[in-house]
Amino acid sequence: MKTDLTQTTRDAAEMELDAIRKELQACMQCGTCTASCPNAFAMASPPRELWRLLLLGFVDDVLAAGSFWMCSSCYTCTLRCPRGLALTEVMAALRRLAARHYPEHAKSNATFYKAFMDNVRTYGRVQESALMTSYFLAMKNPVLPFAFLPLGLRMLGKGKLHGPSAGQKGRLEAMFEHAAAQGDRT
Amino acid sequence: MKYAYYPGCSLQESAREFDVSVRAVMKRLDVGIEEIPDWTCCGASAAESIDHDLGRALSTRNLALAEKASPGLDILVPCSACYLNLLKAQRAALADKAALAGANALIGHEGLAYTGKTGRVRHLLDVLLNDVGPKAIGDAVQKPLTGISVAPYYGCQILRPYRVFDDPERPASMEPILAALGADVHPWNMGGRCCGASLMATHKEAALASVGQILKAAATPAGDEAEHGDGADVIATVCPMCQMNLDGYQGQALRAGGVGRPVTILYLSQLIGLAMGLPEDQTLMDKNLVVTDGFRSKLAHPPDVREHHPTPETHRPQP
Repeated sequence: MKTDLTQTTRDAAEMELDAIRKELQACMQCGTCTASCPNAFAMASPPRELWRLLLLGFVDDVLAAGSFWMCSSCYTCTLRCPRGLALTEVMAALRRLAARHYPEHAKSNATFYKAFMDNVRTYGRVQESALMTSYFLAMKNPVLPFAFLPLGLRMLGKGKLHGPSAGQKGRLEAMFEHAAAQGDRT
Repeated sequence: MKYAYYPGCSLQESAREFDVSVRAVMKRLDVGIEEIPDWTCCGASAAESIDHDLGRALSTRNLALAEKASPGLDILVPCSACYLNLLKAQRAALADKAALAGANALIGHEGLAYTGKTGRVRHLLDVLLNDVGPKAIGDAVQKPLTGISVAPYYGCQILRPYRVFDDPERPASMEPILAALGADVHPWNMGGRCCGASLMATHKEAALASVGQILKAAATPAGDEAEHGDGADVIATVCPMCQMNLDGYQGQALRAGGVGRPVTILYLSQLIGLAMGLPEDQTLMDKNLVVTDGFRSKLAHPPDVREHHPTPETHRPQP
């Protein structure tokens, strides 16, 4: 994929982890985040446990369990955290960390986001039909498309699927190149 | 009243009915909108999972374009995800010079720079409630939604993390608008509950569970409905992602959950358009995937026992 921003230096990974731990430092393990999370039921380590593991240094366990891929960015934990911690941002920072430095753990979890960014890079505006096609191809899972087929057919019937529009094609190419060259500095 | 308009990618794609109905409703309300020329993706929820700086720059590019084409105008955004991204980028730009310089460095090759000289980033619901107002909306109603129970669904990103125009724990900003349309409000506490968002693409089973719970709560009679009704007739949305998950994946969610009944899902702007009596080519209800017969029949034959907005239209005998 074009959007492959994997950097390999462990120093960079350590710096990202430090920033994450710093944000979590004041966590007092009250569990408001886990109680508020609509996806906690689907996480091997729900939010409160995730923060504790990170602060205690069990980073490999956190990366292997990958619970942060189950965050849907609803911001309820961030809203309610009595310490005012930016927990939803931490979830996103963990996804970036995994996608960049630990592809062996991220596996296919980052594929959708990468396919999405590839699509934006190529067309400027998201082209949904082309996005889903490239996502299925990148997942290399022959069964996956069938889970989306019934909806695809109904959308086709409603005139909602079409070839990509080229109006803004290439408009963002230079921005993406520039961003990749400088590296994400957050 | 005039705004710079950022439709966002979904509104050109699977959510065309949102774009068309917003434009039609705004026109009827005499609100001017100037589409931002050459706008591009805001970064959606994908960018920050890949590259934080790039995501910020993607949103900032659109702010810079708005500043150039419509200086000083507030930016009207119907999509909740685009709204939050543009709002975040604007807040970062105004609060943190280094963040603004970083974002501007990534859009500078196009001769663009954001300096903060736009108005505020505003969500459609905020503009309808606080600028246009329920009174003006009510005045434009020709076919009140009498006897129709609407479950207001706010989703996440207009409520959280920033408290801007509603209470993030007990959202109610849609209620005065629905009342102005003559509709009943379905009492429920799922209006701000997440639909699963992009988990529908990556971890479908988790998202289907969320959608199932929302649909079940909408279909469960509450308050006055307990006596005669059977829950909400329609869920009103203000986000193309929420709409896609509740509408497009409704069948799968109902099958996975094993309970519930189909519920019509419409954009708030479509409901307003229907109440204004706008024609199909401006409300595009034909584009929605789940529109129940029960809802259609209530829309076509409103009961005339109530006296919200009696007009000749509602009392006309049906052929």
